[in-house]
Amino acid sequence: MADIVDNRYKMIDQAMKKLGYDKSALLEVLHVAQETFGYLDKDALKFIAKRLKAPYSKVYGVATFYHRFTLKPQGKHTVVVCLGTACYIKGSKEILQALENRFAIKVTQTTSDNLVSLLSARCVGSCSIAPVVLCDNKTYGKLTIDETLAKIEEILL
Amino acid sequence: MITSLLELEELANCKRCDEASVVEELRVCIGSSCASRGADEIEKSLKTAIEKKDLQSRCRVKGVGCNGLCASGTLVSHYKNSTKENTLYEEITLDDVDALVTSIEKQKNYLSKVCDTNQPFFTKQTKIVLENAGIIDPNDIEDYIAHGGYATLFHVLHDMMPTDVINEVKISGLRGRGGGGFPTGQKWESVYKVQSDQKYIVCNGDEGDPGAFMDRALMEADPHKVIEGMIIAGFACEATKGYIYVRAEYPIAVEKLNRAIKQARKLGILGNKIAQSGFDFDIEVRLGGGAFVCGEATALIASIEGNRGNPRQKPPHLSDYGLWGEPTVLNNVETLANIPSILKNGGEWFKNIGTPTSTGTKIFALTGHIKNTGLVEVPMGITLRELIYEIGGGTSDGKPLKAIQTGGPSGGCIPVQFLDLSIDYDSLKSVGTIMGSGGMIVIDESSNMVELAHFFMDFCKSESCGKCVPCRVGTTQLTHLLEKFIAKEATQADFELLKELSSVVKGTSLCGLGQTAPNPVLSTIRYFESEYLEGIKND
Repeated sequence: MADIVDNRYKMIDQAMKKLGYDKSALLEVLHVAQETFGYLDKDALKFIAKRLKAPYSKVYGVATFYHRFTLKPQGKHTVVVCLGTACYIKGSKEILQALENRFAIKVTQTTSDNLVSLLSARCVGSCSIAPVVLCDNKTYGKLTIDETLAKIEEILL
Repeated sequence: MITSLLELEELANCKRCDEASVVEELRVCIGSSCASRGADEIEKSLKTAIEKKDLQSRCRVKGVGCNGLCASGTLVSHYKNSTKENTLYEEITLDDVDALVTSIEKQKNYLSKVCDTNQPFFTKQTKIVLENAGIIDPNDIEDYIAHGGYATLFHVLHDMMPTDVINEVKISGLRGRGGGGFPTGQKWESVYKVQSDQKYIVCNGDEGDPGAFMDRALMEADPHKVIEGMIIAGFACEATKGYIYVRAEYPIAVEKLNRAIKQARKLGILGNKIAQSGFDFDIEVRLGGGAFVCGEATALIASIEGNRGNPRQKPPHLSDYGLWGEPTVLNNVETLANIPSILKNGGEWFKNIGTPTSTGTKIFALTGHIKNTGLVEVPMGITLRELIYEIGGGTSDGKPLKAIQTGGPSGGCIPVQFLDLSIDYDSLKSVGTIMGSGGMIVIDESSNMVELAHFFMDFCKSESCGKCVPCRVGTTQLTHLLEKFIAKEATQADFELLKELSSVVKGTSLCGLGQTAPNPVLSTIRYFESEYLEGIKND
């Protein structure tokens, strides 16, 4: 286990090294860290702060500013409902509600068995097939509420 | 390494010869919309089926960028080299693969899925920026070069002075496609005039407007066009470094751009002494973090520098004090993609397309309650009626059209009485909305306008960076007020407050986000006041 952890830190370190440990590398490194760990935990943020010689408050501030970053671990699967304008007027809010009811969690939460995290997005740029739901980064469009639930269940269960 | 226009042409000819040996081509649209319908698998299985029938020497399968008619995806076009004939097939699924390949083998059309390209959706478009989309392979720099790519850059580097380039862009009348509509030539000139050892060109690919995906499609379909435009911008402004700031939500665009940059470096089109001209220029891609405010110029710069995307007071403008304090040009993806064509055909040519004050074409993303959802490129000055009814095919469920929303959370709604309005920067402004980046959301009678205004305000509330009070507090209060109207519990005083607060937020916010956040409210009050009045309870 320790080795895996070290390897992950090594990857983050490499990303910083590539950009010369410059403070402007922060956003890029946070992307790498999130990809590696699945989320940004305190230790990773502290590690980045130390390496970039930036205050922890700055790193934390940047990590919490951008929606892309999450400080909580995610479930095994992620379901993202797009709430962009095109999806919104095609009823994505109702789809989100149906998913919240189905898994008995609110948006941004993860089920207690860690199976699925429910998230929302502000437009994923697939407006022409609205409403859009992403399951584990794969896009599904033009589905009704029932079709969405069936699709998600088919993938998850 | 390519060092001269001659060598570039040689490469282009070589590639064209190679192309000529292929009799036919199956071009599978791998744009985001078709991709989500399984275009990747269709491409793979087409390749397998072609090989199985031993047709690969005659017919090649390749992935191409967005064809535009996303509503009918997955789109596959069948191109015949001998006749230059291109047959477009729509709604292709894995089940069609065998029949399609069989029809190619028998040299017949796969009739049941032929898409009529004589319909207005195709015939009324003018493709300049998207000329290569759906035709070239975005992963292959040689394909771009074979279609005339980078020839303009070489011509500019060898035969023109920076001031000539700026003049040509000024003549063209090109205005910023990100929404503001600032004249591009003027922007370049102000940076050119500033003396500095280091200047930057930044390409804004942080397409944050919900309902807009033009830049995404462009970066995915023709990344080299954006790069060529950026290098020319760099030459004109004497900048040596460029950054493309792309949303992290667009991983395919990031991948295509990074690959394109690598290929360009390998050929010496990016790097030191491009084409032995003594001009150095290199580009890096930077990922955004999903913050709408980062579409604002100063916030975007802060984000590239690795900070929170907080905007700052202007002046100083970016032309004097931009990225890392150096003079910086910030242009939208579509603006830069217009540059190669302008320099190739001349500013006068460009000026003759569109209207006198809004020249050229504009890409729009048609979405919402419209039949032909997708991407279209039309000359400026086309009417909304032509765009919605002829190109867009009218509303999707046959319900009457109610309004058209442009400009995203910074824009407004245009009611049906303005259907004959010409689409240009100034006309749209006159009816209380903006051109914006090109998202056009068609709304039918089933939508409530107060709810729509609430949707946008809620968006601005959560996207407000929190730096200035009018935006941070104002958008929150406006959201609450709108909720009262939706619950039909508002009072007349609330209505007055809503209007007053909107004008305060608009007039006193620090940056564009706050200054434009009340626009959807103000514009819906202007045209759909009755829906607000319905939300006022009767005592």
